[in-house]
Amino acid sequence: MSDKRTADAIIVGGGVHGAAAAYYLKKAGVKDVVLFEKEYLSSGGSGRSAAGLRQHFGTEVNCRLAKYNLECFPTLEEELGGEHKLEFAQWGYLWVAYSQESMTQLEKNVKLQQSLDIPSETLSPQEMKRRWSYLNVDGMIGAAFCGKDGHINPHALTMAYGRAAEKLGAKVLTYSPVDKLLASGNKITGVVAKGEEWSAPRVLLTAGPWSTPLAATIGLDLPVTAERHNLLVTEPIEPFNCPMTLCLDDGAYFKQVPNGSFFFGRDDQDEPKTMESGNSAKFLEGVTKSVLQRIPFLKGVRIVHQWSGPYDVTPDHQAIIDWTPVEGLWTNCGWSGHGLQFGPSGGRLAKEMFFGEKTFVDIHNFRLSRFAEGDLFPEPAFI
Amino acid sequence: MKENDVVVCRCEEITLEEIRSWIDKGYKHFDELKRILRVGMGPCQGRGCRDIILRELSRATGEPISALDPGTIRPPVKPIKAGLCAYGEEVASK
Repeated sequence: MSDKRTADAIIVGGGVHGAAAAYYLKKAGVKDVVLFEKEYLSSGGSGRSAAGLRQHFGTEVNCRLAKYNLECFPTLEEELGGEHKLEFAQWGYLWVAYSQESMTQLEKNVKLQQSLDIPSETLSPQEMKRRWSYLNVDGMIGAAFCGKDGHINPHALTMAYGRAAEKLGAKVLTYSPVDKLLASGNKITGVVAKGEEWSAPRVLLTAGPWSTPLAATIGLDLPVTAERHNLLVTEPIEPFNCPMTLCLDDGAYFKQVPNGSFFFGRDDQDEPKTMESGNSAKFLEGVTKSVLQRIPFLKGVRIVHQWSGPYDVTPDHQAIIDWTPVEGLWTNCGWSGHGLQFGPSGGRLAKEMFFGEKTFVDIHNFRLSRFAEGDLFPEPAFI
Repeated sequence: MKENDVVVCRCEEITLEEIRSWIDKGYKHFDELKRILRVGMGPCQGRGCRDIILRELSRATGEPISALDPGTIRPPVKPIKAGLCAYGEEVASK
């Protein structure tokens, strides 16, 4: 690729969706693909996520895409060159209900998943205790579980896509923030990055919560807002394949990851609505209290550090994957906290949309105009 | 012992050779190396490795160490038991 500042497709945002799109576009033979990332690949919401892989969703399109993701992950490390170790593990994903209302929703979700050949099941507290004797099941009414769900290293996944795209000839420009989008009339023409104009007939916006201020630079309104979430990691202990366990009473969750460390997280609606990933002072006490109540024997495990990162939230907790009213500009953002795992399907969809192909799953529900039409399709299984 | 065999990060057992090879691949920021190799993410929280890695980055990029981003320091800074965070008291054993 020459030094000229033009491209067939420009991608704005080097999270998993941007990096995957760069890879699948190059793999499909698009000549000049340029990806802009303001810091390093995975530095936004992708790398800061809890990196759960799950097929537990309550809307059909998410189940179908999630199933496809899980088909890709086992061979993805090799496909992307093997340089970055993806740490893919399938230790399962457990959704725990503490109220009949939650349990009814979980049963409904599982029924949908089973109709799509996703191997999920509902469990009684007795069965949970039998499988995971270390869990305190007091107050639990039941759970949904899928043993094929799991974990992946979110940094490695994003960087592996970026590196594979580069090897195929994409230009991956890190530490290169896009200042604004450029449009002429109602057509996208390119971007300005670090003060330099780049032109392209097509621009893909995959900048998570940063997509909103970027779209605003050409007068396009995206209903995507930032929400800060916190996580912590413990010292590694002998792995015993503790599944991702999510408690639907207060949104607390924990899981062991392949190196033996535990992640703890907890929902907190009082967290600032910000893209800034600072430290929350009250997080540590609240999350440990809540998690130790479910898995008491971890009380002696040491907490190593906490961190935070932004969700890109939409009013129905569903992504926006669509061509915008600005010709040539398309988006894949607004995943509302479950986006990391959709890298493989999101990248494939971006490629299919670029070529005007029929998408492999019907994504009509993800259209941008649903907000103006009042035709929201809420995802019931979000955290 | 060859210089390259020196263990830079004892928490994750990362050698100088590994640090240098990832810098050569184009990862020229402390935050990137941290995400790839977990250097600075272990129990010591970078106390042992950060300065050495910044020196290597400075050498590779020609930037003075003072101009490099050393990454974010995160609570609780020094590992403490989960029980202490939750209940405000030390617990005797696991």
